[in-house]
Amino acid sequence: MTGSPQITMEMVRQHGLSDDEYGFVTNTLGREPSLTELGIFSVMWSEHCSYKSSKVWLKTLPTAGPQVICGPGENAGIVDIGDGQCAIFKMESHNHPSYIEPYQGAATGVGGIMRDVFTMGARPVANLNALRFGAPEHPKTRHLVAGVVAGIGGYGNCVGIPTVGGEVGFDAAYNGNILVNAMCVGVASTDKIFYAAASGVGNPVVYVGSKTGRDGIHGATMASAEFDDATDEKRPTVQVGDPFTEKLLLEACLELMEEDAIIGIQDMGAAGLTSSSVEMADKGGVGIALDLDKVPQREIGMTAYEMMLSESQERMLMVLRPGREVDAAAIFEKWGLDFAVIGKTTDTGRLVVHHNGDLKADIPLHALGDGAPEYDRPWVEPKLAQALNIDTVPPPDSLLGALETMMGAPDLASRAWIWSQYDRTIGGDTVSPPGGDAAVVRVHGTAKGLAMSVDVTPRYCFADPREGGKQAVAECWRNITATGALPLALTDCLNFGNPERPQIMGQFAAAVTGMGEAARALAFPVVSGNVSLYNETNGEAILPTPSIGGVGLLTDIAMRCDIALKSDGDTLILIGPDGSHLGCSLYLKIIEGRGDGAPPRVDLHGEKIAGDFIRILIGEGAVNAVHDISDGGLLVAVAEMALAGNIGADIRFTNKEIASFIQAFGEDQGRYVVGVPDGGAHKVLAAARAVGVPVRLLGLAGGTELKVTGEMPISLQGLRDAHQTWLPDYMAGAQA
Amino acid sequence: MKAAVIVFPGSNCDRDAADALTWVTGRPPAMVWHTSNELPNVDLIVIPGGFTHGDYLRVGAMAATAPIMGEVFRAGIRGVPVLGICNGFQILCETRLLPGALMRNASLNFICREVNLKIETTATPFTRSYPDGALVRLPIAHHDGNFFADEETLNRLEGEGRVVFRYVDKAGKRVPAANPNGSRNNIAGIANAAGNVLGLMPHPERAIDPATGGTDGTALFAGLHEALR
Repeated sequence: MTGSPQITMEMVRQHGLSDDEYGFVTNTLGREPSLTELGIFSVMWSEHCSYKSSKVWLKTLPTAGPQVICGPGENAGIVDIGDGQCAIFKMESHNHPSYIEPYQGAATGVGGIMRDVFTMGARPVANLNALRFGAPEHPKTRHLVAGVVAGIGGYGNCVGIPTVGGEVGFDAAYNGNILVNAMCVGVASTDKIFYAAASGVGNPVVYVGSKTGRDGIHGATMASAEFDDATDEKRPTVQVGDPFTEKLLLEACLELMEEDAIIGIQDMGAAGLTSSSVEMADKGGVGIALDLDKVPQREIGMTAYEMMLSESQERMLMVLRPGREVDAAAIFEKWGLDFAVIGKTTDTGRLVVHHNGDLKADIPLHALGDGAPEYDRPWVEPKLAQALNIDTVPPPDSLLGALETMMGAPDLASRAWIWSQYDRTIGGDTVSPPGGDAAVVRVHGTAKGLAMSVDVTPRYCFADPREGGKQAVAECWRNITATGALPLALTDCLNFGNPERPQIMGQFAAAVTGMGEAARALAFPVVSGNVSLYNETNGEAILPTPSIGGVGLLTDIAMRCDIALKSDGDTLILIGPDGSHLGCSLYLKIIEGRGDGAPPRVDLHGEKIAGDFIRILIGEGAVNAVHDISDGGLLVAVAEMALAGNIGADIRFTNKEIASFIQAFGEDQGRYVVGVPDGGAHKVLAAARAVGVPVRLLGLAGGTELKVTGEMPISLQGLRDAHQTWLPDYMAGAQA
Repeated sequence: MKAAVIVFPGSNCDRDAADALTWVTGRPPAMVWHTSNELPNVDLIVIPGGFTHGDYLRVGAMAATAPIMGEVFRAGIRGVPVLGICNGFQILCETRLLPGALMRNASLNFICREVNLKIETTATPFTRSYPDGALVRLPIAHHDGNFFADEETLNRLEGEGRVVFRYVDKAGKRVPAANPNGSRNNIAGIANAAGNVLGLMPHPERAIDPATGGTDGTALFAGLHEALR
């Protein structure tokens, strides 16, 4: 290749390729690669792009169902929502960039996931996110929270897509490696879905969007390496987002999609021009030839290497039907965006790149796509946490006192400081904003609603990755169910440490196994996802964190339920078994300062029948408030319902076999608290018994206090103050 | 009532505004692209919310120089009702159809929440359907809603009854705690001297449906429809 330096083994290592992988490169090419080719192999074979360590396990997940239109492998997954409409959604990580530069890292994470959705023809209707930060007292945490939240808001608010839900956790295991997982959900017509595959020979390959600069070069490789103390030097690999251009790109793409002009379209995300061109050509079984002189450039003197690896944001690659270039160009011109024909499809099955008239790369596409290395990495069975010896846990002086402490602790304190910085109401369809179980967004112009939730409990996953994987899927399903919606499918974002360590690979394998079991049992298949490995700093891995993002369908939003207590005198009923399990609970963590014990087991059969029963109760209008029981247990759930409705409650724990604090704070799975309008309780109790779901009468809603039999009541106002002050005070620097 | 919604690159509440107008008038408004030099013959011009030109340079500054804004300015001077919501308010200030400026929120954060507002005058086509002194709840969603004007301008706005919407507490009192963004005199929305040009930071178009954000914005659109029928 013209002008390429001699490749040394040091350069190979800098590009993250092993000796074996480099041998595979030279065998494939039959010669030494050029520097540009080395760069292309490096990003395409990075963990981020190739899923080389995870693929063998991901294949075990269920991906089919009558509702599934498109499963994993495309830009996003697609499920049918009836009436010729579909929901298109995916979640993706932007962990490493967000730790290095929180605002831009988080912002471009949101931008990237929205492009994955609108590149398929959907208008995004909701953004969600799952965030994990280090311990509050860690010196970097406050800065990272502020930057990530501002970045998510700054991008989503500007594009005009409501951010409607998510979850935020703090744990010292994320001190050096935060997690920013962004999810986007869009809606499209089922007859107007666009896929990535190119086809035909001689069809124009078109570049649209922002110009290419030197930003983000090697982002995919960075995202596939561990961090160390020199990580700050990687700041130049973080991309810079421009949500304004994204908004223009969104409108221009959707406008062009109204015409019959696009054969295939793919956003330029990680590994930019390289991965978008390779994926389109590989999926379509064609070749592709690019002339980099035609690429719109922001800087002068860029090399082929830099252009192929740039991760400049807000760009798309399309293959158009021949002859449609002029019409398409007019649309992008109207929106003030670059439009350039930069190549054509070929019948060679190769990626051929020219720059300044010189050949810079000539690679068989198969080696970059399906033929990329795949590893069945060695793994060991995770060491499971021992069951908690309950005799070592003393009861609290007062249940309500413990509750107040827990509600004000970082794990459970109100997230309003965060979501008040997100535009949640734009679009006029947000019917259930953050603060409940799942967010509900109406499908524009219809009575239907999409219920969405993001869930995972990393401390459970650490103690028992398989149960933790099951629990993440089950909780997401439960949260969607609690609105009355039927869960349709999920997307995942699997955040783990270094897969080359057998312990980490064991966590990954077990978590995916558990996820698969739950997804199968609950008919909640996986339609898209993302894997983020190497989340380690100086050899310390994060907690295994398989974030699950689910989407469900409400056929009529008028039938939806939320968590708020509605009226004095409503009966509170526990659906599901009594609390009995304190291992890994927030009670232990917050009140006793302990993290030991096994996590609660997920009884998938019990989960399914309880959830199906809840959906029937909501559908019949038999309940007016529903909240799933998760972090913190039953008493926390009741407190959240009371605060949401601004109505007190008076409850008692009547199981004589189990200490009341364990009933109050046990985190047993598959459970809900429901509010039943006056006079309806007997019917609900009888119906539950008829379908074999355990139930227990808890008490009544009413008043302005929370009461537990035998204790001094606490005022809702006091509880609200405890719940709402921690995060704003923390962010204002008032405490660690 | 025939209405036009002006659409700029980066407008993102244009559909919401159009939906509200369609719902109240029964017919969709004309969507007018910013590069146009012509306004259709309409009874109402709406400049919707968004991040026109990415808020780059200064909020509303670039949109104010769009070709269509000359027509909007002349229509506003002629007495055609002009409604600027959120970024639309910022644009109207930049065109000088309205006095003052919208600065970054005092907290420096983007704020999205419901606010309590008092309708200080019903002597505009926008507020004529509200009872005198009505208290309403509308959502806000902005980063730059901190209304600023010099003392003389503030005195003139107050003296001439041109403060139309004000942030208040639940009891209707103008208190600092009710001010979400640091606006002078808790001002949320103002009118021009003739009362036909209104800019406000809250979003009435997001409050026309009990399922999504209450209905306190309904009377604004219904009142316009009646007045301009």
